[in-house]
Amino acid sequence: MSDESEVMSTDIMSTGDRLIYMANQIARNLAAQRDADVQTAEHIRKYWTGAMRARLQELAAERPDALSPIAAQALRRIAV
Amino acid sequence: MSFSRETDHGTPAAIATGKSVTLTIDGQSVTLPEGTSIMRAASLTGGSIPKLCATDSMDSFGSCRLCLVEVEGRNGYPASCTTPVAEGMVVRTQTERLKQLRRGVMELYISDHPLDCLTCGANGDCELQDQAGAVGLRDVRYGYDGATNMGQAKDQSNPYFDFDPSKCIVCSRCVRACEEVQGTFALTIEGMGFDSKVSPSQGEDFLGSECVSCGACVQACPTASLIEKSVVEVGTPDRAIVTTCAYCGVGCTFRAEMRGEELVRMVPWKDGKANRGHSCVKGRFAWGYAQHQDRILNPMIRASVSEPWREVSWEEAIAHTASEFRRIQGKYGTRSIGGITSSRCTNEETFLVQKLIRQGFGNNNVDTCARVCHSPTGYGLSQTFGTSAGTQDFDSVMQADVILVIGANPTDGHPVFASRMKKRLRQGAKLIVMDPRRTDLVKSPHVEAEHHLPLRPGTNVAMLTAMAHVIVTEKLYDEAFIRERCDWDEFTDWADFVSEAVRSPEAIEPLTGVKADEVRAAARLYATGGNGAIYYGLGVTEHSQGSSTVMAIANLAMATGNVGREGVGVNPLRGQNNVQGACDMGSFPHEFSGYRHVSDTATRALFEQAWGVSLDAEPGLRIPNMLDAATDGTFKGLFVQGEDILQSDPNTHHVAAGLAAMECVVVQDLFLNETANYAHIFLPGSTFLEKDGTFTNAERRIQRVRQVMAPLNGYADWEIVQLVANAMGLDWTYDHPAQIMDEIAALTPTFAGVHYDRLEAEGSLQWPANDAAPDGTPTMHIDGFVRGKGKFVVTDYVPTDEKTGPRFPLLLTTGRILSHYNVGAQTRRTANTAWHPEDRLEIHPSDADNRGLKDGDWVTLRSRAGETTLRALVTERVAPGVVYTTFHHPETQANVITTDYSDWATNCPEYKVTAVQVMASNGPSDWQRDYADQARTSRRIAPLEAAE
Repeated sequence: MSDESEVMSTDIMSTGDRLIYMANQIARNLAAQRDADVQTAEHIRKYWTGAMRARLQELAAERPDALSPIAAQALRRIAV
Repeated sequence: MSFSRETDHGTPAAIATGKSVTLTIDGQSVTLPEGTSIMRAASLTGGSIPKLCATDSMDSFGSCRLCLVEVEGRNGYPASCTTPVAEGMVVRTQTERLKQLRRGVMELYISDHPLDCLTCGANGDCELQDQAGAVGLRDVRYGYDGATNMGQAKDQSNPYFDFDPSKCIVCSRCVRACEEVQGTFALTIEGMGFDSKVSPSQGEDFLGSECVSCGACVQACPTASLIEKSVVEVGTPDRAIVTTCAYCGVGCTFRAEMRGEELVRMVPWKDGKANRGHSCVKGRFAWGYAQHQDRILNPMIRASVSEPWREVSWEEAIAHTASEFRRIQGKYGTRSIGGITSSRCTNEETFLVQKLIRQGFGNNNVDTCARVCHSPTGYGLSQTFGTSAGTQDFDSVMQADVILVIGANPTDGHPVFASRMKKRLRQGAKLIVMDPRRTDLVKSPHVEAEHHLPLRPGTNVAMLTAMAHVIVTEKLYDEAFIRERCDWDEFTDWADFVSEAVRSPEAIEPLTGVKADEVRAAARLYATGGNGAIYYGLGVTEHSQGSSTVMAIANLAMATGNVGREGVGVNPLRGQNNVQGACDMGSFPHEFSGYRHVSDTATRALFEQAWGVSLDAEPGLRIPNMLDAATDGTFKGLFVQGEDILQSDPNTHHVAAGLAAMECVVVQDLFLNETANYAHIFLPGSTFLEKDGTFTNAERRIQRVRQVMAPLNGYADWEIVQLVANAMGLDWTYDHPAQIMDEIAALTPTFAGVHYDRLEAEGSLQWPANDAAPDGTPTMHIDGFVRGKGKFVVTDYVPTDEKTGPRFPLLLTTGRILSHYNVGAQTRRTANTAWHPEDRLEIHPSDADNRGLKDGDWVTLRSRAGETTLRALVTERVAPGVVYTTFHHPETQANVITTDYSDWATNCPEYKVTAVQVMASNGPSDWQRDYADQARTSRRIAPLEAAE
């Protein structure tokens, strides 16, 4: 187990940080699927509001390293 | 409904063998199922044999000797309750000799019974009194001067019923009810012969005993020995109305027995298909909150939460609500407001709230408390099976051979179903419990789990995948079922995945802390032990991998062919009374009623045509998203019906910050709950006793809720929502909830056949109920899965990000207790507090010793999110490294501790895993003191100004 200092306390997580966390969490849980990026994109499209998706796009542009490869690829699919 | 007792046939129906016998009873030829007792046979053919120790909820006992009959060709006078019918048998139930014998028996009973009928609480509702009349007893020859059992002290310790040993006839019905119906074994007959008497536990009083106050003994008692205090105080009832309990997802039906307009008692309805005549302490007794002095009966408004409330007329409150919501939308946009539906309200009310939001607010910002409990069930079962519901009815458990209980504590959370499960276990079914805690099911009288897998919180997916590993690698799967019913390629992908050595029980033992041999044995038992049934609860869903766990469970059931018939299946034990219904009714922000996505053009067109507006095709905000958007300044108004998100939702600081950032929070509730501390408008709600409607239980069973008294606040909740809707410019004209259900049926394919006349005729219907299944669907997926082929989903174990470490070395998991319900708003306002006056922190003795803590000490419980204080309960029910508490009391606010981590797919909070530290404490935390002050200030109500 890692020390708690490695983990951000959730009560100070900003909305932007939370959106990135959620996208990465979805991607991480779908990573074992054959088409993880497609499923991640589909999940975000199906359950997130348009404003949340748009904000994630902005955040991805501002912080290109914040998203995992699967989440980033999913976001590119959503943008298409 | 006028008052009449339910017919008691004396003994239960015979176990079906398919054979029948023909006999003659009092000259009448009858044909009945083999195994039927003579007593039941006589009753079914319109006769009535006197009885005292017999009742049809329990096996015959044959002790009272009042039910003697004559059988041609047999010597003596056999007891009709213990004698089964036989082919060609000739029975006489009324002869002069039998009359003499019965009078003699009754004479003995009455000789040791106080003759205070006129002043007895059960006068007119007493089987002993009735039977004395039935046998024609006119005199007692023995006198009353000898030794008797009269004058013994009453046990009045239980807050809901009294025990008067003087009136006990030692028929053992109470003892047997506790054993056979409830399964607690709290009562016994102490002493021998004349000294025999009923005793809770080892000579304790009822309150101090193991008695769980389910009321089965009171219901079984044929005299006034065990009697409800309310009957003593109010008198015997004169009318009864059948309705559905508003606690928990079991959905027990009760006879609300009234005297005039006063509720005397709630008696479980024998014909109720969910509860089969049984009850728990909450539904049976804890209804006093409905008339509690804390209820708010007048609407109130205020400009800011720092001001006291001001009582206003309904007209002003409704107009202000509409005006505020429209003002906010005008200023911040259509999507700046939303609402939360209630799993405690009816289907019809829930449907109207989501309709108000979709049609009136013009967006999909609607969510419900299932977000924080069973939303992963909806997601997981929809992905794998194709529908968001459990597969069985409760009766199914009686056909199960192996019962796998995962993350559920049914004896506390779903006690009436737990009693049936325990009955099946006593009949020989095997039990596997997967739970970090040693729950009562693991070992209790006459029930012991074959395997208890006390896994480390947060490792459900690893554990279930390891079980799958055993089933696949040892070729215990049901290939024929899989090939016929599931996608074979998806199965092989999944099988390859779970077969990898890293997913074996041995490999995951360091993660879960459970011995690999035990996991292997449990997997083998589930796969090969006959009908395997899985029951699960919030210990599955309230994790960062809640949805994955549900899918892993579905994978196991499909792999072993345990879906699509009685005795098997995947059964989520739903928490609140109508959480299934709230989900069915379109309470989620991404779907309409019947689980159809808002982006589906055809579905949207259907609703648009019915409602006459254009509907939003974008999913709306979930509750945590609403709170985030509020702190970001884009979400400004919230309508909350019958929920208390400040107490029930995780990370209280986050919830409070979100609510505080809104310009208009409207709370519709019975009480000024914790959320109302941040509200600007309060609309008084009505109780389940005060309105008509339907609830849908965990079996998908839709049952009527019937009004038994007028709403104290003036309106049923559905009427209040209609007033708000019309004030916002809609044109709703519902006169009765039946019309709302008609609209639901017209718009929801799975409810197409659900109408009030059908519910009246059938008693209940389990959806889908439509042209394809006119009588409803007790068991789902019989001929095929709803989605077509069952889908195996690869579920990789992803550890939670909530980590223990030096500062937070323990894992907190939260849950509930038998006597309380959810946030306790109802049960804390009843005598149920006698059993649980405060939340306590369960901690293992070794963890307590390490911290110098003793049982009952005040402790500080601290996580990264916050801290609170409460008293410790040192117990081995929890494993070392794990602590547990409930969230029933706002003074504790357990959710100050829980975090924002949530299920990856649904954002269901990870209540079951919070890294914490526990240390000795001298008193309440600063937060608790501040919150208590704030709550006190916020609940002030300004005195009414005198009229000029």
